[in-house]
Amino acid sequence: MEAIKIKGTEDTPNVILDAADNIMEISGRSLPEDVSSFYGPILNWLTEYSKKPNPKTIFNFKLVYFNTASSKLILDILMKLEDLTKKGNEVLVKWYYPEDDEDMQEAGNEYADIVEVPFEQISYTS
Amino acid sequence: MIIKDAKGFLEFVYEFYKTMKAHEITLVYEGEITHQITKAFTSLTESNMAKEEEAGSVQRKVFHVMVECLQNISKHADDFASNDYMYSGRGIFMVSKGETEYTVTTGNAVDNTKIEEMKNLLENINSLDKDELNELYKKQIKEGRLSDKGGAGLGFIDIKRKTGKRLEYHFLPINETISFFLLTSTISRV
Repeated sequence: MEAIKIKGTEDTPNVILDAADNIMEISGRSLPEDVSSFYGPILNWLTEYSKKPNPKTIFNFKLVYFNTASSKLILDILMKLEDLTKKGNEVLVKWYYPEDDEDMQEAGNEYADIVEVPFEQISYTS
Repeated sequence: MIIKDAKGFLEFVYEFYKTMKAHEITLVYEGEITHQITKAFTSLTESNMAKEEEAGSVQRKVFHVMVECLQNISKHADDFASNDYMYSGRGIFMVSKGETEYTVTTGNAVDNTKIEEMKNLLENINSLDKDELNELYKKQIKEGRLSDKGGAGLGFIDIKRKTGKRLEYHFLPINETISFFLLTSTISRV
């Protein structure tokens, strides 16, 4: 299936969804003007991917900021990954946060609580 | 605007400038809040804070609060066609920087019929402690639906979570049907 590659801007994240290379990543900032139209294609891609997933799916979140409207759509992505897990696929969410950003770490903890999907928190030096 | 009394007007500007200084206002705007305005104000404030070497956690909190406040106006400010000075998505936006804190203040028109519901929402958020607030956030993110305008109903909750302080607000009547809603959030610098 066709990969999605969106270059990040000051208000939209960098997105790579590539099943062939098995890279899935959302990074940067997320406060798009219209969250539904930005995340819609990403959610559709995941729906398609779920029909024929790779043996192991690793989804990387490396966000430095997201607004509350985006937080809802991030949950939607995680719920797609939860569905994939429930169908018996191997899935891992890697949640990267700047080491000095407790709020971003906490946001990861919260998502990990809400969805049932293997979740790994990784701090990095920004 | 036709200025009949230029001197009087310029004196007013000077008074205005002094008032801004006295209240430590670093940014004030009245008008339509668009996505472009949101981006411009956040990046302006961000570069100022970076220049002043504000702590990273303070910068992030101010950024969060500004975005949520601006988006509240752009998504919720009511449209009153009969009043030519108030349109949907318009309002006042102000940032001030004191010795110990930043304040972000917004004001916009709301229909009186919404006041009761807004008060209940704000009072409920103010009455919750940290853990209860986190529970409410989780409940809302799971069960809430995105509005037509793309709001997740999480803005006020997020502001209180980020600042750790009460949401201070006030409704002032404009006429029998509409009121001016003011909200101020404080982000501690220490």
